Amino acid sequence: MPIERYIILSIALFCIGIAGVLIRRNAIIVFMCVELMLNAVNLMLVAFSKMHHLKNPGNPMAGIDGQLFVFFIMVVAAAEVSVGLAIIVMMFRNVHSVDINFLNRLKH
Amino acid sequence: MNQLVYLVPLFPLIGFIVNGLFRNKLPKAVSGGLGTGMVLFSFVLSVALFNDVRAGHKFNLTLFDFISVDKLSIPFSFQVDQLSSIFLLIITGVGFLIHLYSTSYMHEETKGHYARYFSYLNLFIFSMLLLVMGGNFVIMFIGWEGVGLCSYLLIGYWFKNTDYNNAAKKAFVMNRIGDLGFLLAIFMMVQHFGSVNFTEVFSKAGQLHMGSGVLTAIALLLFLGATGKSAQIPLYTWLPDAMAGPTPVSALIHAATMVTAGIYMIARSNILYTMAPVSQTVVAITGLVTAILAATIALKQNDIKKVLAYSTVSQLGYMFVGLGVGAYTGAVFHVMTHAFFKALLFLGAGSVIHAMRHEQDIRYMGGLKKKLPVTHITFLIGCIAIAGIPPFSGFFSKDEILAAAWGQNKIYWIVGVLGAFMTAWYMFRLYATTFLGKFRGTEEQAHHLHESPAAMTIPLIVLAILAAIAGFLGVPELFVPDAHALEQFLHPIFARSEELKATHAVDHGTEWILLIVSAGGALVVSIIAWMRFSKKPDFEKAGGLAKVVENKWYVDELYDRIIIAPVNWVGNFFNRYIEKGLIDWIVNGSGRAVQYSSRQLRWMQSGQVGSYVLLMVLGMLVFFVVQFFIKK
Repeated sequence: MPIERYIILSIALFCIGIAGVLIRRNAIIVFMCVELMLNAVNLMLVAFSKMHHLKNPGNPMAGIDGQLFVFFIMVVAAAEVSVGLAIIVMMFRNVHSVDINFLNRLKH
Repeated sequence: MNQLVYLVPLFPLIGFIVNGLFRNKLPKAVSGGLGTGMVLFSFVLSVALFNDVRAGHKFNLTLFDFISVDKLSIPFSFQVDQLSSIFLLIITGVGFLIHLYSTSYMHEETKGHYARYFSYLNLFIFSMLLLVMGGNFVIMFIGWEGVGLCSYLLIGYWFKNTDYNNAAKKAFVMNRIGDLGFLLAIFMMVQHFGSVNFTEVFSKAGQLHMGSGVLTAIALLLFLGATGKSAQIPLYTWLPDAMAGPTPVSALIHAATMVTAGIYMIARSNILYTMAPVSQTVVAITGLVTAILAATIALKQNDIKKVLAYSTVSQLGYMFVGLGVGAYTGAVFHVMTHAFFKALLFLGAGSVIHAMRHEQDIRYMGGLKKKLPVTHITFLIGCIAIAGIPPFSGFFSKDEILAAAWGQNKIYWIVGVLGAFMTAWYMFRLYATTFLGKFRGTEEQAHHLHESPAAMTIPLIVLAILAAIAGFLGVPELFVPDAHALEQFLHPIFARSEELKATHAVDHGTEWILLIVSAGGALVVSIIAWMRFSKKPDFEKAGGLAKVVENKWYVDELYDRIIIAPVNWVGNFFNRYIEKGLIDWIVNGSGRAVQYSSRQLRWMQSGQVGSYVLLMVLGMLVFFVVQFFIKK
């Protein structure tokens, strides 16, 4: 499969993620959209990694670093999710809502 | 003895510190006794030093390095030679008498103020000693500034009176103008000679050619300093106002010692002036004009201290004439005799003012002869001395200057003698109006009249004796050959100058005529004034020229117009347009700009998470665009 399709899919996912972050007010949905963006990037990295690997048959390590990054991103995303969900739970306990516009309370 | 030199200024410094710090604790007897005693110690040491110097010693004592930068090194050093030892004697001797006098004169003051007075007076003596003992121009300048400060403090001693404070400020500011000249002269010395030590500066100056521009500039700048401190035209107007201070202060600072600092400085640097004839001429003419101008003003003054103040200005003018015509010994001689008779006159005036309950206008005095016998006799001796009637001291010193002036330029002599006649006139006018005739004060004052206590009369008597006989230290060659003790003593200081420029010797016949004219004229004028003013003082309103003279030639008003008014105008202009219009606008404008921009930026901090994210995305987009499409 040509690389362009991966790129297009990845960009589409990323844009959906951005749009979700910008438009939605539900904190959980925003969170999911952030995950979507991260995974769009992961997809891109894996696709390019594979491409490099195929283009350099003599080198078994070619493109390996792309996949390495994906693991890092996944680990960091997992950590982030745990913290983020905890925050959302606390927020719900305090204000009985997960609407992110409630977060402007700090301003006052 | 060498090691003891520093003790001379140290004693008054101790007195200043102790009296200054514990002024509210010490009883009057202690603070007065301490202040007086410290000066007495200094006087005893000065006498010892003087004897050593007379035996041919010279003292150079370096205490420590004061300033040391690159090649320039200014030590904190003392130098005691013939010239400084004479001044040491005058300062500590007359200073001691005036301290003694003050213990009684100031007895009405409260404890704290009494001690404050003595601490200032001791600080003054300390600074003055530093001035004359300093081994280089910088130490001299420290003393020079110190005496200026003390003069300010003591003129404004009664600080609750606004006029007195203004007089103090005037004295300070006028002195500062002169000090600037002195300072510039020091800078020029550093630049051209690389040193400020007397010995080095004078030996290096001696190697330059006659009338070199550098020397003339240095000499004139030093002279500017001297005009400030020694009250010469154009900076003399502070001295009459300085009479706001207590009378002993006027006697000590504004007659006997501080105002002669300028003469000391020029006498010390005589070689610079001898090498720069232009500056000598400037000195002589300035002195002459000051002498005659101040003498005319003194003719019509009615305040006893003002008459003496203008007379001081006038006598200082004579000293500068002496310096200007190369009669350095004569000038120093006149400093000495003037210190005696002018301190005497001021202290006598203080005694009169004390007896008259602070009345200073001679028109309301008169007939004090019987009530104040000691003051009367001593004051009369002072008047005779200053009028230049032989054989009192003023005659010898003034005549030495006038004879040298004749040798230089006959016009100098004529003007000088005219001034001397005026001196005789106003002094005997003052004497006759104050002590002769009928008493014109109030009943209460008449009742209060009394002779002053011993602490005040003893200094008067001592000074009167000195004023009467001090002239015999400088008997002219005309009377007895080789009897001029002072000239022989001071010879090493002025030898080089005398070599370079011999004062034009006047032949004996002419000198006799000059002597007879000046002394006889002074005598005649004195007698006329005595007759004229013992009958009735001049109460009537003056008109015409007399009115101009009475108003001091309107010099203060002139200065108001040509200096103070323009300076005020410039000040107002800068205040209104530069300060408020420009600088304030910039300062306030920058504040307003920050406020305005922060108000605008505040909209960014909305607290809406959505808008933050949007901005973040937009920012990323901008980076993206820049990274891929614009940056190459």
